[in-house]
Amino acid sequence: MQQPAFIRKYVHLLSSASLLWAGAAYSQIKDTTTLQEVRVDAKRLPAGLNPVTAIQVLSGPKLQRLNSLSVADAVRYFSGVQLKDYGGIGGLKTINVRSMGTNHTAVSYDGLVLGNAQNGQVDLGKFSLDNISEVALYNGQPPTLLQPARAFSAGNVLALQSCTPQFSNNEQWHGKVSLKTGSSGLVNPSLLWQQKITSHIYSTVSTEWINANGRYKFRYTNGKYDTTAVRQNGNVNAFRAEAGLNGLLADSSSWSVKYYRYQSTRGLPGAIVANHFNYGQHLEDRDQFVQASFHSDPHKQYRILVNAKYSDLYSRYIDPEYPNEQHLLDNYYHQKEVYVSLANEYTINRWWESSLAADFISNTMDANLYRFPYPTRYTTLVALASRVHLPQLEIQGNLLATLVNEKVQTYESAGPKREYTPSLSLAWKPFAQQHLWLRTFYKHIFRLPTFNDLYYTFIGNNNLKPEYVQQYDAGFTWQQPMRGRWLYISLQADAYYNYVKDKIVAVPSDNLFGWSMMNLGRVDIKGIDVVLNTAVQPFKELLVNAGINYTYQQAQDVTSGKGGFNYGQQIPYTPWHSGSFTLGADWRSLALNYSFIYTGERYSQKRNIPVNYVQPWYTSDLSASWTLTHQSFTNKLTFEANNLLNQYYDVVLNFPMPGRNYRLTLSISR
Amino acid sequence: MMSVNNLYRTLLCSLLLLAACRKDIVLPQVDSVDISGYSRPHDITPAMQGLYVLNEGNMNMNKASLDYLDLATGRYSRRLFEAYNPEVTKGLGDVGNDIQIYGSKMYIVVNNSNKVEVVDAATVTRIKQLNIRQCRYVVFYKGNAYITSNDGYVSVVDTASLTETGRIKTGRNPEQMAISGNKLYVANSGGYSPPNYERTVSVINLDTQQELKRIDVAINLDRLALDPYGDLYVTSRGDYYTVPSRLYVIDTHTDTVKKQFNIAASNIFIHKDLAYIYSVAWSYITHSNTISYALINVKDDTLLTKQFITDGTDKQIVIPYGILVDPDTEDVYVSDALDYVSPGILYCFDKSGKKKWSVETGDIPGHFVFLKKN
Repeated sequence: MQQPAFIRKYVHLLSSASLLWAGAAYSQIKDTTTLQEVRVDAKRLPAGLNPVTAIQVLSGPKLQRLNSLSVADAVRYFSGVQLKDYGGIGGLKTINVRSMGTNHTAVSYDGLVLGNAQNGQVDLGKFSLDNISEVALYNGQPPTLLQPARAFSAGNVLALQSCTPQFSNNEQWHGKVSLKTGSSGLVNPSLLWQQKITSHIYSTVSTEWINANGRYKFRYTNGKYDTTAVRQNGNVNAFRAEAGLNGLLADSSSWSVKYYRYQSTRGLPGAIVANHFNYGQHLEDRDQFVQASFHSDPHKQYRILVNAKYSDLYSRYIDPEYPNEQHLLDNYYHQKEVYVSLANEYTINRWWESSLAADFISNTMDANLYRFPYPTRYTTLVALASRVHLPQLEIQGNLLATLVNEKVQTYESAGPKREYTPSLSLAWKPFAQQHLWLRTFYKHIFRLPTFNDLYYTFIGNNNLKPEYVQQYDAGFTWQQPMRGRWLYISLQADAYYNYVKDKIVAVPSDNLFGWSMMNLGRVDIKGIDVVLNTAVQPFKELLVNAGINYTYQQAQDVTSGKGGFNYGQQIPYTPWHSGSFTLGADWRSLALNYSFIYTGERYSQKRNIPVNYVQPWYTSDLSASWTLTHQSFTNKLTFEANNLLNQYYDVVLNFPMPGRNYRLTLSISR
Repeated sequence: MMSVNNLYRTLLCSLLLLAACRKDIVLPQVDSVDISGYSRPHDITPAMQGLYVLNEGNMNMNKASLDYLDLATGRYSRRLFEAYNPEVTKGLGDVGNDIQIYGSKMYIVVNNSNKVEVVDAATVTRIKQLNIRQCRYVVFYKGNAYITSNDGYVSVVDTASLTETGRIKTGRNPEQMAISGNKLYVANSGGYSPPNYERTVSVINLDTQQELKRIDVAINLDRLALDPYGDLYVTSRGDYYTVPSRLYVIDTHTDTVKKQFNIAASNIFIHKDLAYIYSVAWSYITHSNTISYALINVKDDTLLTKQFITDGTDKQIVIPYGILVDPDTEDVYVSDALDYVSPGILYCFDKSGKKKWSVETGDIPGHFVFLKKN
């Protein structure tokens, strides 16, 4: 295959699934004599690709060119995903995969789940893409055996992978300085420095500051009134710092340690309702964690992975308009987590591996809320997994045991919980010469009620049971390398049926907030996800990538009996049709990208009636970047224009999104 | 081979196709339905021609809405405010909390939109918007409107000029009001500061606009209803945990508490000699609501065993949220808010307690006012 020298070339070798996905749990130092893990835009199909489950990955240049400021922006390009976005740079953004609800998706960072016992959500807007090399979505769980038990414990996993230093023999350090600026007063400088301390120890320091005033125009009209106003109180001031070490020992074991800190203050722009556009609430966050990993292959048939993590999440909510005695609501929430995990994998024979992982998690929470019980939760997870792989067939199964015990300092705690949940997946390659895999999987999983669900003042219900999901999926992955100008085409399609039982919902209750939490809902979800990718090289200097995602969802409320007022209705904020299209072109030192996202009509409330109808929205984004290499420095200038047609839309009703906006980024790296 | 230019051109064309996917904006319209099974006695000379129903709408949804029942024909119309006032930005607003008519004007208190919409009572066309922060309830006396605000005061508005002329300080988070003679009674809840709830009813002289005294009753006071005999009924919401909701009676001649009823009470409506009460009480032990209904004879202050719903329909009502008695027919209206996020239901029961009809309303129907015949 002929590739011009000046087109940057990365080759993604998926020679063994375990190498790729186990790599998520530890940073592997490679030197030039071993197989390198690098990425390719234009791929001739690599050998040994083994897609046991549906996987979507955004990494490398493809991730960078998507006009994404944070992980939240990037996940919109995945099929089967809805992003609940409250608007602006600082607005809350949570992911919901296949309509199961945001609490059913675990977000992991370098292999370890980012836990939040308080509300079970991760605000993806807080994770900038600056130090992220890969974002991957796994339906079910990542198909690697050697991983923490916690990786099996959610309906889906969104895995974030930070940048791993890679040095060739004579390189000692890498650095990158970048400055991003743009609409809403965005100023975002960042710094990355990777150092080869010894030939076996590398360090990474990554730091970033984001400041934006968060102001943007929005517009509401009903055909008669036509109001344009400016979003206020959406400012964000955030700082992130990461420092890590990764090392390789003499026996090829590897280890890594990382410290991560994110702190921010942001205004909380409220719902735009008649005569009430401006609010004064704000939120302070300070999140930090330290995690360590150790991976070893002590014996050719035995491998071990040890992980440990301590995380400390603090947030403070301030409402100067709250009509209490002090005319100020100032609540802080402080959660701590201690986490340890031991995973073992044993190769039984040439076609059969098995693993056993045990995790222990301790969560505590402190808050200055009225009648707060100060809960502590101890969770033990044990996962037994097995994998049988024949040349044209792969079967994976796992059983997860979850044991939870809780205690409180005051009032009453939730009872203990014991759950045993299985998962089974099968992949079959019917034709040896064709890259076609037929897949199916089944997973029974649940999510525990959060501390908010159980204990929040007035609303909490310590009697809550977990919320269960059964997932059934059947699909295929087909990849075809081509000859000539058309490089490849890959198609992944899945049809699925999910059933959510004992969904934790808020029901009317007589207290200040008017709600209490109950296990009441049932949801029937049927959907289709399609992902199509292709690349064309019309002539030597031009490489064109295109991708289409389409999702069809029918997610019906099938709560019956008590609370069953909306039987058969599509659940709120779930469009029937949604999708995205991206088109990228690399020509010499110029890279252009066009992205289009479409979210179809949906309803803002349970009853699908005209008054609850929400219009479809779609945005077009364009970016152009120019890379210049001079001596050993790479200079890159990127210009992005988002929402080109300046469409005014709401993802969540009454929380308007920005219209047309721009960003300019300059980065220098070596 | 497609050039990059061609690619972009094709894209733009497909985009324009999709632009048709967004529906055209339709001006708000009234949505009407003829209530099936509707009937009204023909042997009465009714004083009322219509019933306005104010739906609160769940907070932040901007779904407060105004419905109207034509009592003669049984035609129920929804979302009148936006249809008759399409130029009002974002319509009626967020959390409609009270609706009253004074003279020819109707006052709609929209709590989280920080406004009171003053409209013509017969045509619903807007006259003026009053900006009052976190407004709750409205009552009238001698050309003035008195509106409680969660910020701890009553706003005094001159109903001729529709301007605020003063404020009277009350306890924290005042709720409903009642007027007896020249005295204004205000229920102080203090509900936003648990466990430091307020315990008093403020008594204000409306001629001097000065607070006369505060009557100590119980924590977290909410509703007030005056009976024809000078007694003021007050509901207490309790502390939602160990202190239950209760009902108290104040003698307005002495301004002291004269009786306590050991029943839970969320809302009360008094018509002639009867007080109609419902209560929604959440139990943290059973993790469910207990709904109950009661009748009190207000002449001798006794709790009756009689019920005002006698045919079992009370078991169907999920969350009673409003109650009203028709002065012409003595029918009892009870609204059901269901799960707060679905359209509610308005039930009508005849004076023997049997359901006459029901109709779907907006979200969280809870407040009513009759439109008199002119």
